[in-house]
Amino acid sequence: MKTSSSSIGWRVTATVIVTILFFTSPAEAHIQRGAAAGFTTGFCHPWSGWDHILAMVAVGVWGVQLGPPAIWLLPVTFPVIMSLGGFLGLIGCPLPGTEVGIGFSALSLGLMVASEARPPLWVAVFMVGIFGLYHGHAHGTELPPNESGLTYSIGFVVATGCLHGVGITLGLVHRWKAGAIALRVAGVVIALAGACFTWKAIA
Amino acid sequence: MTFPRPQKRWLTGLAFLMFAIGVPVRANAHLVTTGLGPVYDGMEHMLLSPDQWIMVVGLAFLAGLNGPSAGRAVLFLVPGAWLAGGCAGHFIPRTLPPLLPAVTLLMVGGLVAADLKSVRNFVAVIAGMLGFLQGYLNGVSFGAAGGISLMLLGTALAAFVIVALGAALVVDVRGWRRMVIRVAGSWMAAIGILLAGWTIRKF
Repeated sequence: MKTSSSSIGWRVTATVIVTILFFTSPAEAHIQRGAAAGFTTGFCHPWSGWDHILAMVAVGVWGVQLGPPAIWLLPVTFPVIMSLGGFLGLIGCPLPGTEVGIGFSALSLGLMVASEARPPLWVAVFMVGIFGLYHGHAHGTELPPNESGLTYSIGFVVATGCLHGVGITLGLVHRWKAGAIALRVAGVVIALAGACFTWKAIA
Repeated sequence: MTFPRPQKRWLTGLAFLMFAIGVPVRANAHLVTTGLGPVYDGMEHMLLSPDQWIMVVGLAFLAGLNGPSAGRAVLFLVPGAWLAGGCAGHFIPRTLPPLLPAVTLLMVGGLVAADLKSVRNFVAVIAGMLGFLQGYLNGVSFGAAGGISLMLLGTALAAFVIVALGAALVVDVRGWRRMVIRVAGSWMAAIGILLAGWTIRKF
């Protein structure tokens, strides 16, 4: 039986990996207790609900549709104002209608993407900022106690930025005609989902 | 027999390598014998404290975005102020307001995100103040540890390296790359806002 050299390479690699896995020991590398847990919890939090995911991706896609400077201004505005909302939530300052605001954000942003709306830049920034405030407030009030505040915040902000990045990357297909149509269809889907979230929040 | 030039270079390299392997001497690299352990402790302290290195990265970006002149000033100012602040913190320890790290992070991140063309002296003053403040916090917290001067030296050296790399990275960026740096600044500001919320909730 002939065995190719690449097959031998794979076998050797697999054997080494299995051997390493059998001899694992605790790394004990983290000296800041709870820091890693804080980052992972913070990073996972924005991915925990479709209402957040769709709205944040829609911000990125809308930014691409609007072009510069909105392509970077909207994803800058959202995390900063969202953090302000998180701050209000953390210190216990109430914001009425948070869940409705979040559902409505997905609905509105979906409609903006679907219609390729081009309002003045300040209107777009204002809209995204208001919605960011609602999303941030919800996150701020839901934050788990006993986490490392700093690393949680880092994970949280980075994950939000990544979601905008996903939106911007998806939005790059806008340069092709078929891609632009696909984005508008995606906007309709986001708007429909947003309508469901809003209905649920009101009902 | 004559060798072509690249082959000659290889042979020379090989000869040097054989010589280096053939004549080993004591490395004296062990920290117990050199007494340099606290220096590495200080460097590690910096790299494992996200609140500190994120702020230093922010200062490096701020300096780099304001051109080579500001970059050169900040490169030496931050480590120097860090050492001075560390000595002050060690000899005159005081409890600083707990919101200070969050506020400084917000300030530096905001300045990077705004990308305002500042005069070199303004950037230098900001960098000096924040370097002094971070050094002071280190000086207070290192108080009980042995080899404090070497530990402070380690943190200051780490700050020097981070500023050198960070400022050099952004000193000549244009277009969308500059936007990426500004987005990173907005993330720092967002982290600062959330950290302020955590701090207020804690106290």
